[in-house]
Amino acid sequence: MSGPTGDETLETLVREREIIVCCGSGGVGKTTTAAVIALQAAEAGRKAVVVTIDPAKRLADALGLDGLTNEPSRIDGDFPGELSAMMLDTKSTFDDLVGAHASDDEQRRRILDNSFYRNISGALSGTQEYMAMEKLYELHDGRNSGKHDFDLIVIDTPPTRNALDFLEAPSRLTRFLDHRLYKIMTAPNRGVLKAVNMAAQTFVRSIAKVVGADVIDDAIAFFQAFDGMEQGFKDRATKVEELLRADDTAFVLVASPRRDTMDEATFFAEKLAEGGIPVRSLVINRMHPNFADGLAEATRERANSLDGQAIGDLYRNLADFQLVSSREEEHLAVLAETVAPAPVVRVPFLRSDVHDLDGLREIETYLR
Amino acid sequence: MKPTEYFAASRLLIVAGKGGVGKTVVTAALARAAAMAGRSSLIVEVEGKSGLPLMFGHPELGYDELVLHKGGGTDGHAEVTARTITPDAALIEYLEDHGLSRISKRLVSSGALDIVATAAPGIRDILVLGKVKQLQRSAAADVIILDAPAAGHAITFLRSARGLMDAVKVGPINTQAKDVLELLEDHDACQVLLVTLPEETPVNELVETAFSLEDQVGVGLGPVVVNGLYEDYPGLGEPAAKAAEDADVSLLAGEAEALDEAAEFRRHRIALQADQVDRLSEQLPLPQLTMPFLFQSEIGPDELDRLARAMLVGIEALDVDLTLGEGS
Repeated sequence: MSGPTGDETLETLVREREIIVCCGSGGVGKTTTAAVIALQAAEAGRKAVVVTIDPAKRLADALGLDGLTNEPSRIDGDFPGELSAMMLDTKSTFDDLVGAHASDDEQRRRILDNSFYRNISGALSGTQEYMAMEKLYELHDGRNSGKHDFDLIVIDTPPTRNALDFLEAPSRLTRFLDHRLYKIMTAPNRGVLKAVNMAAQTFVRSIAKVVGADVIDDAIAFFQAFDGMEQGFKDRATKVEELLRADDTAFVLVASPRRDTMDEATFFAEKLAEGGIPVRSLVINRMHPNFADGLAEATRERANSLDGQAIGDLYRNLADFQLVSSREEEHLAVLAETVAPAPVVRVPFLRSDVHDLDGLREIETYLR
Repeated sequence: MKPTEYFAASRLLIVAGKGGVGKTVVTAALARAAAMAGRSSLIVEVEGKSGLPLMFGHPELGYDELVLHKGGGTDGHAEVTARTITPDAALIEYLEDHGLSRISKRLVSSGALDIVATAAPGIRDILVLGKVKQLQRSAAADVIILDAPAAGHAITFLRSARGLMDAVKVGPINTQAKDVLELLEDHDACQVLLVTLPEETPVNELVETAFSLEDQVGVGLGPVVVNGLYEDYPGLGEPAAKAAEDADVSLLAGEAEALDEAAEFRRHRIALQADQVDRLSEQLPLPQLTMPFLFQSEIGPDELDRLARAMLVGIEALDVDLTLGEGS
């Protein structure tokens, strides 16, 4: 894969790539950015779908996501292309995956009914990340089967501190599913493996003592039922990972201008780079507006010299914005260097909160 | 209400809110405010790396236990300490304490840790809360402030005790779950402070979280913390040209426009924020503590002191009956 050349603007990515992954920490506006990118693609005439994880209610309403269907639904709007949206349902995506790999309906039922299995989507870390990637693969692959025909899939990722968490999620989950817990429990205590098995059985029994034998029995029953499906899951995970690293996939890092979230984003970008994935564009949401050039300190001094009068308050207010804006730019410079030559897109702190298509359109004007 | 009463002996304050609302800043400001009131505090973080030590001017990022602010000086301030208890570490420690010490490495490498956590969902959370209860019982500080996991995780996190009591009917985990539930339901000893920004989406989510917590966990809710409020300046309503004339000051070219535009922006946001704060009061009958937006992108010790003082003013204004004991 080639690195970013620096001449690809976010708008180019939106027009040319097949997959855009929006990543970053929680509370920075990833979902909104993902929705805006999909809208922009639709306005450029493409068939776009945005897969969101956990949209705020009003944005979900605006995108027509009131029902949980786990399948894309079209959004009506005045654009030459098409815009669809869907909300990821981790559990039913996993159920579908089990259904696709089970050898027969009986095996599928045994897995879906198992209480250990039912815990997985809620309790096993990395599952949501993997299912997001799985959905991405399914939508992309749908072009081959004729099920879907999206030109661009924009995916919002769950908030993770470590970028590698979701890059590694597929292999981590397959390793987990491949666990032969039941073999340890049922293995004969003979031959050269005897010592190993004895230790392992002691181990499982100790765990059972702590959490109770029932839950361990459920776990063993799950791994028994799952037997034979590991390879299918592994192959799929390999394909999903290949897709994430494909040339047509672009990672967009989203951050907010606070020092702590910028630090997190820098860490995130470094981890992505370690995983061999470059950030193609950086979007900073909610930058404070700056209303005048010059130094905040000078304006503040002027305000202090006019203390107690309206003009002093007006200068003080101007200095506030000059200060916060210059600090934000300072922190941004560090992050921008980390992701260079990826372009930086600044979205200002808007006058009003965003929760409908018009709001998304307002943000879109800054994404060019 | 007197801050010394609010930060009463062996009280546990759990700070919760969605990502990006400033949960960690509020945690730090509460601890600093307690210190100013002469109460020692212990901050417990559960998510590893955070910017919290930086707010106290402490460069260290990873830590087990750290003194962030020394007490006992002439100002009468008390000590602030912090420690992290990550869920995985708590689980390993627990299993080691229960006869699995020789194979703790294998727990991680074999993936068995994930199997245990999936077999008994919430086990990591309950162990973190169990450790917190231990700290509280040992009177590690006057007040313990727990920076809870972000967003919807907070509900899962706090609900773990009840969920596990159903899933694991006997044994040490069941005992631990009971123990934790007892603490969470003791409204004198434990309060959840929900944090929000004065914006539509965070307010909606906070209201939802508040009702879920009351219904599903039975936990006592303390005051809601509204973070990031723009402070008003009285002169912002005045047009710059007129204000300059009144003060006999001459403005540079374009300056009046910049001043007016900045003032208009701030007044507009202040009005929006006020609407959201009103809406929050209507939908959630809980007292509010407010923290100003500091027009900084980074919180250091000076900024933290300002926020802590704002916190103390808010606590002084709280009605005792509303926030303590059975009245809540």
